[in-house]
Amino acid sequence: MIVPLRDAIRDLVRDGDTVALEGFTHLIPHAAGHEVARQGKRELTLVRMTPDVVYDQLIGMGCARKLLFSWGGNPGVGSLHRLRDAVEHGWPCALEIEEHSHAGMAAAYAAGAANLPFGVLRGYRGDLSAHTRVETVTCPFTGEELAAVPALRPDVAVVHAQQADLRGNVQLWGILGVQKEAVLAASRTIVTVEEVVNELQPRSGAIVLPSWVIDAVSLAPGGAHPSYAHGYYDRDNDFYVAWDEISRDRDRFRAWMQRHVLDTADITEYHASLAARVATA
Amino acid sequence: MSTNGDGGFSADEMMAVEAARRVADGTVCFVGIGLPSLAANLARRTHAPDCVLVYESGTIGAKPTKLPLSIGDGELADTADTVVSVPEMFAYWLQGNRIDVGFLGAAQIDRHGNLNSTVIGDYDHPKVRLPGGGGAPEIATGVRDVFVMLRQTPRSFVERLDFTTSVGDRVRVVVTDLGILEPHDGELTLVGVHPGVDVEDVRAATGWDLRIADDVRITDPPSDVELSALRTLQPKGRA
Repeated sequence: MIVPLRDAIRDLVRDGDTVALEGFTHLIPHAAGHEVARQGKRELTLVRMTPDVVYDQLIGMGCARKLLFSWGGNPGVGSLHRLRDAVEHGWPCALEIEEHSHAGMAAAYAAGAANLPFGVLRGYRGDLSAHTRVETVTCPFTGEELAAVPALRPDVAVVHAQQADLRGNVQLWGILGVQKEAVLAASRTIVTVEEVVNELQPRSGAIVLPSWVIDAVSLAPGGAHPSYAHGYYDRDNDFYVAWDEISRDRDRFRAWMQRHVLDTADITEYHASLAARVATA
Repeated sequence: MSTNGDGGFSADEMMAVEAARRVADGTVCFVGIGLPSLAANLARRTHAPDCVLVYESGTIGAKPTKLPLSIGDGELADTADTVVSVPEMFAYWLQGNRIDVGFLGAAQIDRHGNLNSTVIGDYDHPKVRLPGGGGAPEIATGVRDVFVMLRQTPRSFVERLDFTTSVGDRVRVVVTDLGILEPHDGELTLVGVHPGVDVEDVRAATGWDLRIADDVRITDPPSDVELSALRTLQPKGRA
């Protein structure tokens, strides 16, 4: 149940899969994303409401052929330059996009978790409906016309959480995002955690994911960096600002990925490489 | 108006103050990051202590002491009355008509208050790929009143949007670095200018033939109380 992250990614993420690494600014599974890049997974359809730095990295490394998303920026900073380069110039490879609104994508995940074929909402006024997969359905009771979005059913969901117990039950708290829906909508699930404890202590407002809806739990302390884990460490806002510069230039981006991701074996070495960079700066 | 001009306040500060003044006490505000967050927090710290800040990350009733960089900063969850999932936020709270005011920004606006935050150029072959709509399309149709905050230039105030990300039906006010626009009979009309700004400056910064109200008023400059509260939230005076 609790396995090395390298093994979890190797066994559960396949080339061509639809993969959702979820996290709404909090608990973003960066360590898992880095392992996907290290293993050179290809042709992935990446799904995430708010693809930020970790998807910028995977797209820039050529792991993705498609991105399904609802807001693709560097929160509080600006654009994602690798995403832009892929969309605007096809570098390093062409990237198909399927764009939704937050409300639409949240409804699509909830429909997937509920094993329904589509999600329904009032929305999609404006031009996006002409460029994405959304249809109109009529309420059979009131006649009201509503937007329908196809359910999201990822092959793999990957989320980060604060704790797992020894049997692989997982607890996460703070900003919850859409992780529960992503896990329950997916065929396979990987959870990385800050720590493994003997027994989970109930937390106010927490979600518990029982071990039997999870395929692999991997220990990855600091595995959300530069995102954060509520109660463990804060968001590294300086890193998000720095990423704007690092990611602007293709060569600088590749050099950064080489040094801090491809040339490191795991999350411990990743953090050591960042610390060494600060020490030599 | 120049940044840190005669009155000793920046254009961003003037925008935040003018938007904050429009938030009545008790208002439930759906807040994005940047200037809207600054404005809503300023309102809460001055004349509207009981206004409720809702961030789309799921934090309801957040009371941050300093301005967050992202809508998901930990302090928002720590200080919130409750934290809900993102699907719940959009389905129960926004679509459920629980939000009074939604703040939106954009790269482009047209005379009807329609907004573009998706692409510059053609959608399939964009000149500039912007982050996209995120919550905006349903915020624009799910709240009672939309407040837009946007710097005013001919490139942002355009005759025709490259893409309509959200519709302008519920836009009640547009606060810019030059003045205040409100819809009159469905068309944005200049109703106020900030201190030191001429009506002609605003006309020149608008990409369409701007309608001007008969009695354009001059915005009150930020008071000492407003500026002091603003700079406690954001010491550098930037957004």
